[in-house]
Amino acid sequence: MLNVGKLVEPDRVHRLCYTDPEVFELELEHIFAKTWVYAGHESQVPKPGDYWTFDIARQPMVMLRDAKGKVGVFFNRCPHRGAKLCTLLGGNAGKEVRCSYHGWRFELDGRLLAIPHDQGYEGTRLSKADAAFGMARAPRVESYRGFFFASLAKDGPSLVEWLGPAKIGFDDMCDRAPEGEVEVVPNCYRVIQHSNWKLFLENQLDVSHPMVVHESTGRAALDVEDEIFKRTGERPMHYHMLSAFTWPTSKWNELLQTTNYPTGHSVLGGYMALRPKDPDSLEYERALADRVGEKRKEEILSVNIHHVIYYPVVSVQSPLQQLRAVRPISHDKTLSEIWHFRLKGAPEAIYRRALWYYNLVNSPATMVNADDLENWNRIQRALKAETPEWLSLHRNYGTDIVEGDVIRTREGLSEAPLRNQFRAWKKYMAAGAKA
Amino acid sequence: MSLEREVEALLYQQSELLDSKAWEEYIALFAEDGLYWMPPAPHYTTWEGQPAIFIEDRDLMTVRARRVGHSRAWSQQAEWSTNHLVSNIVIERSDDADIHVRSRFHMMELRRDAMRHFGGTYRHHLRRTPAGLRIKLQRVDLFNAQAPYDYVLQVWV
Repeated sequence: MLNVGKLVEPDRVHRLCYTDPEVFELELEHIFAKTWVYAGHESQVPKPGDYWTFDIARQPMVMLRDAKGKVGVFFNRCPHRGAKLCTLLGGNAGKEVRCSYHGWRFELDGRLLAIPHDQGYEGTRLSKADAAFGMARAPRVESYRGFFFASLAKDGPSLVEWLGPAKIGFDDMCDRAPEGEVEVVPNCYRVIQHSNWKLFLENQLDVSHPMVVHESTGRAALDVEDEIFKRTGERPMHYHMLSAFTWPTSKWNELLQTTNYPTGHSVLGGYMALRPKDPDSLEYERALADRVGEKRKEEILSVNIHHVIYYPVVSVQSPLQQLRAVRPISHDKTLSEIWHFRLKGAPEAIYRRALWYYNLVNSPATMVNADDLENWNRIQRALKAETPEWLSLHRNYGTDIVEGDVIRTREGLSEAPLRNQFRAWKKYMAAGAKA
Repeated sequence: MSLEREVEALLYQQSELLDSKAWEEYIALFAEDGLYWMPPAPHYTTWEGQPAIFIEDRDLMTVRARRVGHSRAWSQQAEWSTNHLVSNIVIERSDDADIHVRSRFHMMELRRDAMRHFGGTYRHHLRRTPAGLRIKLQRVDLFNAQAPYDYVLQVWV
């Protein structure tokens, strides 16, 4: 029998972690059905009856706002014969949820409202007052600053405990808004990767890949940026989002340090110098200071983060207000949902600046992720080769800074965040095997 | 040549240039201030302050063309080619300087061993210049723009 505990060592990982369908089934059971999974932002469902559908460990779920304005997460199926209830990716159910098969009707808070011609249940075990015949609620639902998560596990750490110090990613995003909260830009891009879900999460924190994988885009963008500069005397800020890939490896090594937590979460330091002194930025800084005061404004804007990974479900780019949710489909197929948020109370120009990143880097016509997805797919196909058995995670192993159970890198290129994700992976899998 | 024939010739030329990967010549079909725009869904009326799958002027188009032409553009090392058809061409309105054209397209794409299909509507705002018709705006509405993307779009559709 497969012993998954033996597939991960502190400095290397077995190829079967990425290629074995049996490992993937265990991951769904022991990781995704146990942890918090990102449902969506409350502003995705602003009105009663609004819903958004998603999966947890292949199970169809729906986030639904009820008549009193409360957001709930339910298993998205009728308790009668099992038909899916909310069938669009997102939509509005109306004043109640009605099943398309036998017309059972549910309140927006999931309670059974009516069964057509409901004679015939006397003396049976079905009772309309019984919650078991309403829409089944996800065992746990919690939100943090408007971001909703659900868990299929009845017990476990609260959302805030699970986020831990890495909650700084959501804080950084929301604190940057003069009104202290964000709202979703109502568009979700969905991109399928023919590769294991772990490759996506590892890549976000793999500091030694950008200058290799994105060289073509960095070079092309820098060339055109230089031409624009010669022509106009200016360098459009959005070109920098691409041309930064031409930086020498030593600069990445120095700038991009990570802090890694035992949950598998990691915080990656920022590098894009997103605090310029142009008139739009200064107007924004004034708007923020007017709301929170000068001292707090400085605290907020001195936070310098590129990415925060909430293992194993979501990647947040707080200074650009973007979020990617990871939805594993099979051992070699993963869907990502890509969202952009607006800082409430910030000038339009600040939103438009971050929008460039959504358009150039995170849209389905991305000039950046095109080469990431290509590389992950190359890995997925080539790992069928049984030799060598192990993948290397050795870079800077043993030289990171260890403070209790937190690991900080000394060198940005350290593979610490990858080792850290497998530290969490191993813990989830061991706990699942024991239970 | 009739206006209809002239417009058709431009649309056919555009397909040929895309399928033969003649990126610079494709970009040269655009006016100096021309834009290529692919909105995320048909209900979008502007790209200003809105998400866009593509919103590229000639400079950004040049970045894209040079990227895919780079020897280490990894995604381009897989066999990759496209086949465009353009049809249902309607001139919606025109005067001496500006011509608005609607058409339907179908693009098949081969990447490695996998085939994908993209279809939808082109809306060209063309401008008459001394050098011939040039594209002021090419709006591309994929009918499957909101469906999941199996991989990404590397170049203009």
